[in-house]
Amino acid sequence: MLELKNVQCHYGRITAVNGVSLSVSKGELVSIIGANGAGKSTLFSTICGLLTTWDGEILFKGASLRGLPPSDIVSRGISMVPEGRQIFAPLSVMDNLLLGSYCVKQSRKARKREIARMMDLFPILGERRDQPAGTLSGGEQQMLAIGRALMAKPELLVLDEPSMGLAPKIVKTIFNTIRQLRSEGVTIVLVEQNAGAALAISDRGYVLETGKVVLEGSAKALFCDEGVKQAYIGKTPTAPPRDESLLIGA
Amino acid sequence: MEDLLQYLFSGISIGSVYAVVAIGLSMLYRSTELINFAHGEFAMFGAMGLVTLWGQFKLPLPLAFVLTVAGVSMVGILFERFAIRPIKDPHPISLVIITVGASIVFRGVAMVVWGKDPVALPSFSSHGSIEIAGAVIVPQSLYIVAAALVLAGSLHLFFRYTLQGKAMTACAVNKKAAWLTGIPSARMGLFAVLISSGSGAIAGIFIAPVTMNTYDMGTMLGLKGFCAAMIGGLGSLWGAFAGGLLLGILECFGAGLISSGCKDAIAFVLLLLILYLCPGGLFAQKQADRF
Ligand SMILES: Nc1ncnc2c1ncn2[C@@H]1O[C@H](COP(=O)(O)OP(=O)(O)OP(=O)(O)O)[C@@H](O)[C@H]1O
Ligand SMILES: [Mg+2]
Repeated sequence: MLELKNVQCHYGRITAVNGVSLSVSKGELVSIIGANGAGKSTLFSTICGLLTTWDGEILFKGASLRGLPPSDIVSRGISMVPEGRQIFAPLSVMDNLLLGSYCVKQSRKARKREIARMMDLFPILGERRDQPAGTLSGGEQQMLAIGRALMAKPELLVLDEPSMGLAPKIVKTIFNTIRQLRSEGVTIVLVEQNAGAALAISDRGYVLETGKVVLEGSAKALFCDEGVKQAYIGKTPTAPPRDESLLIGA
Repeated sequence: MEDLLQYLFSGISIGSVYAVVAIGLSMLYRSTELINFAHGEFAMFGAMGLVTLWGQFKLPLPLAFVLTVAGVSMVGILFERFAIRPIKDPHPISLVIITVGASIVFRGVAMVVWGKDPVALPSFSSHGSIEIAGAVIVPQSLYIVAAALVLAGSLHLFFRYTLQGKAMTACAVNKKAAWLTGIPSARMGLFAVLISSGSGAIAGIFIAPVTMNTYDMGTMLGLKGFCAAMIGGLGSLWGAFAGGLLLGILECFGAGLISSGCKDAIAFVLLLLILYLCPGGLFAQKQADRF
């Protein structure tokens, strides 16, 4: 469904992603794991059309995404949840969701129905429907950002660090929702630093280091890989939980 | 006493024109962060368009109005398409210079087309003036105030209740998120230009009967509108409206009570004062952001 072939991304003279190839098939949940600065967000921005200085090939359903503005990419069926949520702070929760469906041609009534569906998925959003989105808590904003992306009825949902800055419990809720979406047939790419939590719900994973894929494989294999364990999950799974990722991964 | 009332009425009337000019400027800034120093020229085109279509060709007023607004909006779109959009990495300062340059070009074109002589137009209707407590209100003043109210009100409804309006707001508050949500920024920019140049034209049309219309009338209007928008807080619809009214009223009181020579200076003194006291403008948006 999504295929990257030897993609390189440049910021001026800096090359942040250096020859990444990966593929995602329909219905899969694929994680892209990497430490700070590995190039995860860069890759994300490239797929969604924000970053235009890249070489290589990106195919979605067989068609190249080169040169398309972000709005066209969304209309083709890729929805993005950016790093740091990026909700429309002064607008209400309702309006944020409504705008998510901007590129879907549908009646006012159908839009209302979709919004109601999102509020079933995230009941907290229903309670806060008329509140300015900027006043929501971090976790609620993340749910809103995911809800807004889903309003575009995507075939592929790309999430950039949905767990960033959230308490383990909220992360769990959000990851459960992601798993649920997958079971409803949405293809998902999850860009994460929280390797434990991400791999626990993924089918496959890629490990990114300084702009290159250093490891790929099934989520289970990566989860058990000694290198990955050491670098991203925590030293010994038997030791008492020492950080967030361990807590959830376990 | 009659004098004071008279100053107030005149102030509201001229202030409404400033308000409409300011709204156009402010709404463009809100969506595109562009300060258009050629905005006053759109008002001038509005006035001159009416001079030609209504004054010269004797078209019915509503038709002349629609044609003028449509024509000026077309100029606005062409301006955006060929002068603003081609700039790939827009640096604010280069955009400012482009709009200043455009204003010079627009004035030059207007001088060639309409000549240098001022033209007067009759009022929209031949009703007599109204007298309230000794102060006189000419009907055109009422039309001007009504036009400003209708324009601001409809923009308010547009931004508040329509999907396109909300999308424009979204684009203004967070461009990146708007792109990722699938809102085409190019189309939003186009809407903003339409609204902006259209309201510029409306300002020009409504003052045409109460002023001497010349090719260079846009300069002062644009500057006053800019002051009004700054006073109200750039980007705020009702701020621009209130800023325009305030400016108009103070100007008329200043001209009446102090000297008519200081009329134009008042705008800029007021601007300095307000920028000093509250830099974001009187009605700067208080955002419900979390930090
Ligand atoms: N606008 C930019 N200009 C220059 N370099 C940049 C820019 N944005 C990112 N980079 C560089 O690209 C590299 C990858 O950054 P990126 O944001 O993709 O990392 P990341 O994997 O998402 O990290 P994190 O987990 O912290 O979000 C970094 O070395 C960063 O300094
Ligand atoms: Mg990142």
